[in-house]
Amino acid sequence: MRKDIILSGVGGQGILTIATIIGEAAIAAGLELKQAEVHGMSQRGGDVQSNLRLSDEAIYSDLIPRGEADLIISMEPMEALRYQHYLKKEGWVVTAETPFRNIPNYPAEADLEAGFQSLANVVKLDIDGMAKENNLPRCANVILLGMAAPYIGIVSPEQLRESIARIFAAKGEKVVTMNQQAFDIGYNAVKKG
Amino acid sequence: MIERKLLLGDEAIALGAIHAGISGVYAYPGTPSTEITEFIQNHPLAVERGVHSRWCTNEKTAMEAALGMSYAGKRALVCMKHVGMNVAADAFVNSAITGVNGGLVVLAADDPSMHSSQNEQDSRFYGKFAMIPVFEPSSQQEAYDMMAYAFRLSEARKLPVLMRIVTRLAHSRAAVQVGEAVEENPLNPDHERTHWVLLPGNARRQYAHLIEEQQTLREESKLSPYNRLEGWEDGKRYELGVIACGIGYNYVKEAGEAANGLPILKVSQYPLPHEEIHQLIKCCDRILVVEDGQPFVEEQMHGIRAIGRLTHTLPRMGELTPEAVAKALGQEVECSYPVSSVVVPRPPALCQGCGHRDVYDALNRVAAEYPDARIFGDIGCYTLGALPPFRAIDSCVDMGASITMAKGAADAGVFPAIAVIGDSTFTHSGMTGLLDAVNSRARITVVISDNLTTAMTGGQDSAGTNKFEAICLGLGVEPEHVRVVVPLPKNMEEITRIIREEIEYDGVSVIIPRRECIQTLNRKLRQKKAGKA
Repeated sequence: MRKDIILSGVGGQGILTIATIIGEAAIAAGLELKQAEVHGMSQRGGDVQSNLRLSDEAIYSDLIPRGEADLIISMEPMEALRYQHYLKKEGWVVTAETPFRNIPNYPAEADLEAGFQSLANVVKLDIDGMAKENNLPRCANVILLGMAAPYIGIVSPEQLRESIARIFAAKGEKVVTMNQQAFDIGYNAVKKG
Repeated sequence: MIERKLLLGDEAIALGAIHAGISGVYAYPGTPSTEITEFIQNHPLAVERGVHSRWCTNEKTAMEAALGMSYAGKRALVCMKHVGMNVAADAFVNSAITGVNGGLVVLAADDPSMHSSQNEQDSRFYGKFAMIPVFEPSSQQEAYDMMAYAFRLSEARKLPVLMRIVTRLAHSRAAVQVGEAVEENPLNPDHERTHWVLLPGNARRQYAHLIEEQQTLREESKLSPYNRLEGWEDGKRYELGVIACGIGYNYVKEAGEAANGLPILKVSQYPLPHEEIHQLIKCCDRILVVEDGQPFVEEQMHGIRAIGRLTHTLPRMGELTPEAVAKALGQEVECSYPVSSVVVPRPPALCQGCGHRDVYDALNRVAAEYPDARIFGDIGCYTLGALPPFRAIDSCVDMGASITMAKGAADAGVFPAIAVIGDSTFTHSGMTGLLDAVNSRARITVVISDNLTTAMTGGQDSAGTNKFEAICLGLGVEPEHVRVVVPLPKNMEEITRIIREEIEYDGVSVIIPRRECIQTLNRKLRQKKAGKA
């Protein structure tokens, strides 16, 4: 079994934390993993992405070939569409719905919507609103991970939850609880929907 | 004890070096190499052993200090991004002539596709130029394993060794099996002066010896566990064979069926293993050379059956991708969805609250009064001043070039000629240029935009912090023309006045806008808050 996941967003939105949680869960489960990240200049308000490949067999390329991604997890709607040509026909897009507008020529909402209409499987949620509503202002990325959890498959939601506990352990019990709560909010929102 | 760890390519190299018993890492930050030194700085064993890991002023000082540590008998690692090799080149090339005592590994991190660089030069050329062994790992595991191997080879052959990686390895994580650390070498300075004093008489002998060593180095490449010929059967004829260098090998294997049944020569150690290449030439009609970076191996094939970047079988520039390699192997890539027509670029920008913003705001205001003004930029976050909304700089070439290009332009008659350089870039390569300008009384205005850190690579210590006024005065800039300001919107009137005054001064003046990087400041505030909580 193999899962190729593209994580995308804008510098500072916390996609590398999502990658770290999934990656840690995969290693704990004894899986093979490759995770290509973007560091450096692109962090300053520019687009960022990470290619995350998980498998129970050897993985060669650090990059996901075009047309082979199973899942795009995005903190920002336009950034999700930036990688649509990497997606398999039956692949899933799980994305935050609120645009991050830091450029003057950001596309019209109707154009973005048409973009999503052209894809087979899209889940969109207002994670920033959910984070605010539940008083978890810094955990929007983990809410998104919770939403994406049912589509990851190769590691289970429970394994991801355990990984959150290990990753945030050094920051104290309160931070662990907040992030697990955020994960559950995202996960339950998708299950109900 | 063998452990399985999730490591970035850079971290695998760093841990490999610690476990190989290095006594020092010498480096100047540069994407994608920075995390190597940072990992060593924070590793408990390296800290316990007192492994030297303080940042150097530039790549040349790093290379020379590492050579000094090697001279003293200990193992040293030097790390830099590819363009840093240009700065270190004098010391690097001559370290092949002196040879080494303790093991010396030079790590160059190349950036094909120029994710955060101004060119995509391939450091393997430097290795060949200096005539030393070059390693090019294909995976994080190899990167870790090779470090110990490279140090042993360096000491066995008494030569520095170059390890070349690319962004996709440096900044990609994978599980790595790691072993245990060996002891550091004891202090054991070399007593053979004829190796180290490169007077022409000695240098000729040393160079002749280096040439003699080449045959041994080729044999090392043949015996290397990192080079191997796969899928080759004696006497069989093949339409296509493959030479796959470094991470190029991964893309060939990723192609799966398209590469099945082809003989593949995996190359991760140079000089090239000649025998295996001749074997391929004998049995293959064509040989696809898959290498990330420039056509280094392809050129050495002299066109004999070789196809690759030079024949446009693979793209001539840019990093390799799995789909480009699959296509070169004859496999068409099918995409279900096209590239989106809705998406627009989202370039990086200077952070909100960054002092460089106020500097450019002020410069743009004053430059508007001088239609002939030219602003020479440099390498750092402030290079983003070239983009909207500022569009403030007219050049950005290499570390330090702002000052010297402004000087040359002023010599030619450009007025006002203004240089903008960051604090870390100034100590890296700007000081000598400033001395040139002082000595010829060039009419230039130098703005050292000091944010107290090396910000672009993530906030490493900057070599000149708290020393800039003293450095400028020491180099001969007149005290009344070294001006310090605080770049904040409320000071705009004062800053623009000072810029005007110094532009009008017929000589070298330095303006130092100083305010801490907003990123490092926020990090410190967060840490303080976490400490209290």
